[in-house]
Amino acid sequence: MTDFQQQAILLAAQQQPVSWLQDFRARAANDWLAQTWPTRKTEHWKYTPLQGLQKTLLPAFGQSTELDEAVNSDLIPLDAIRLVFINGVFSAENSTQAECVVRFSEANNEQQLLIEKYLGKIVQGERHLFATLNNAWLGDGVLLHVPRAQHLEKPVYLVHVATGEEVAANQRLLIVLEENAQAEVIEHYITGNNASSGFVNALTEIQLADGADLHHYRLNMEAEHAQHIGAVHVDLQRNARLRGFALALGAKLMRIDYQMNHRGPGAELDLQGVYLPRNQQLVDYHTNICHWVPHCTSNEVFRGIVSDSAQAIFNGRIYIHKDAQKTLAELSNKNLLTSNKAEVNTKPELEIYADDVKCAHGATISQLNENARYYLRSRGLSRAEADVMLSFGFINELLEQIAQSAVHDYLQPRLARLFGRELSLELAND
Amino acid sequence: MLAQQKLKFEFTVLENYRTKKFMLRITDLFARVEEKEIIKGLNLTINPGEVHAIMGPNGAGKSTLGNVLSGRDGYQVTGGSVMFNGKDLLELEIEERAREGLFLAFQYPVEIPGVSNMEFLKAAVDAKRKHAEQPELSAVEFMKLARETSKRVSLDQAFLKRGVNEGFSGGEKKRNEIMQMMLLEPSLCILDETDSGLDIDALQVVANGVNAMRSPERSFIVVTHYQRLLDYIVPDYVHVLANGRIVKTGGKELALELEEKGYGWLETGAV
Repeated sequence: MTDFQQQAILLAAQQQPVSWLQDFRARAANDWLAQTWPTRKTEHWKYTPLQGLQKTLLPAFGQSTELDEAVNSDLIPLDAIRLVFINGVFSAENSTQAECVVRFSEANNEQQLLIEKYLGKIVQGERHLFATLNNAWLGDGVLLHVPRAQHLEKPVYLVHVATGEEVAANQRLLIVLEENAQAEVIEHYITGNNASSGFVNALTEIQLADGADLHHYRLNMEAEHAQHIGAVHVDLQRNARLRGFALALGAKLMRIDYQMNHRGPGAELDLQGVYLPRNQQLVDYHTNICHWVPHCTSNEVFRGIVSDSAQAIFNGRIYIHKDAQKTLAELSNKNLLTSNKAEVNTKPELEIYADDVKCAHGATISQLNENARYYLRSRGLSRAEADVMLSFGFINELLEQIAQSAVHDYLQPRLARLFGRELSLELAND
Repeated sequence: MLAQQKLKFEFTVLENYRTKKFMLRITDLFARVEEKEIIKGLNLTINPGEVHAIMGPNGAGKSTLGNVLSGRDGYQVTGGSVMFNGKDLLELEIEERAREGLFLAFQYPVEIPGVSNMEFLKAAVDAKRKHAEQPELSAVEFMKLARETSKRVSLDQAFLKRGVNEGFSGGEKKRNEIMQMMLLEPSLCILDETDSGLDIDALQVVANGVNAMRSPERSFIVVTHYQRLLDYIVPDYVHVLANGRIVKTGGKELALELEEKGYGWLETGAV
């Protein structure tokens, strides 16, 4: 047991608990203390050191403050059911109310039963250290529940703002879509002004019943000093469909796990991701897609641009159980290094125990395409302009596929600006 | 041609001759790709307003010439000189050559997914205008211009929004090249086997585009394998490039002769 583990448990005692989740928390606290702390030899943490996190003092959970005007005006302009959390604390005055979303602390009996049925069940805590911590730290959480055959008209937009100094924030989201329900969820993590290195532990569990259809966005756009460990765990039942999009700008620590379980035949998963660490930043995506049953489809595409002395880690595993015949699974990870000090560790893993499947996986690390650069320069663009255009183009291919136009229109110019270019939306969208 | 235009044309040609105001002069050019010498003592002078066709067998160095003139990396000039509009072309970077008015229509235009065609075209036009100390076009002005130009080459406007050449057919790519040429208004256009892979309709669109751009101030080098293109773009001169140099020069009738006899008689006769 490390000091950090002990300190975390002291912190857990500060959390205002929801009474009916007390046992759940207590069990998690015990598990957390019993778990082995990862070292450089722990496979899943090989390239992402936790020393920095261990040195972070976490004297308190954050308090809610006023929402910064600058932050407020820079949110995605969406006609949405909006929930704002500041330092992990719900901010009622910045949020809208809707029947489908409820905080755990306000759940009625029926909703409590639903939460108890799924909370901590989709994630396998024993294999995910920080999920266990999230359970132990659980103060409040959000349940999004869409009943059978209902289609949410508006997207659900969850904004998580970190402000203040060296504070911890625990975020928990449980999404339950009943049979043939449809919804769209955007999780947006940002940093307010005057923030310094804190720690955000954010966990999302998603249950998609037969025929349910979810669009899920997880946008990590925090400041450089941020430390974020997050995960999305999903169970897809028969013919369920998930279309996911992940974005991570770099930070001091940025580790995100995606655990997808195909539990019913005919389920379909599309997952796309973009990571853009710069300077000394790090981004670590670990994805694990498990095909437990036949006739499911997975299509995963992640692209990263690693600049300066930044580091990216991509570990993409696809596991195909011996019963999962007729699986179609593809995984592609492409990386662009724009500096000779930039580093990427990519590891696509395909484990196949069924004999009638169609799978492909590949990873590349490259520099910009010489022919494309020559073509652009031959039309009068400088080498620098051409490089910027090509780098952005490399990820823009994925941005172009974002279904929610408000998210697309929000991200495209902001990410273009990261590459030092002003993108005229008029030109892009006309 | 109207009588007045014709007069102006003749006057310009005469004036150029008198003042020796050539647009491009290649003198004793040698160039290699990797370790292989491809261009071996090539001479060519092009005056404003002229259309020169360069024909020749495979491997003669036709495409290499275009790449050398546009400045592509890996194409090393080992001897000779190239003057372009009074400047030493070989001293200029790829993009400087383009901004000075040299345009190479690619044989194989590059597909660049993720980079919007419209943005790319605007960046190219902006670069050219900036170089000429003209103000940049606003997005609205540019879009209007781009739409009009796409119509002139019968390219559906949907292609403006797509990635550069992404998923374009062979013909669409070539039309996109001609569209770029129209937008950039270069003084020297090099068409590198622009006819390859084109059906007869696309060939006509491309040729009409080129012909519409012919003017007393603008010159063309039309590199082609086949005489067919020259039925549509009628050249002032036809050169035969073989073994890295020009072995024969004639008028447009030379193309017909080549079509009939092939290149063999010239290659063996080359000194």
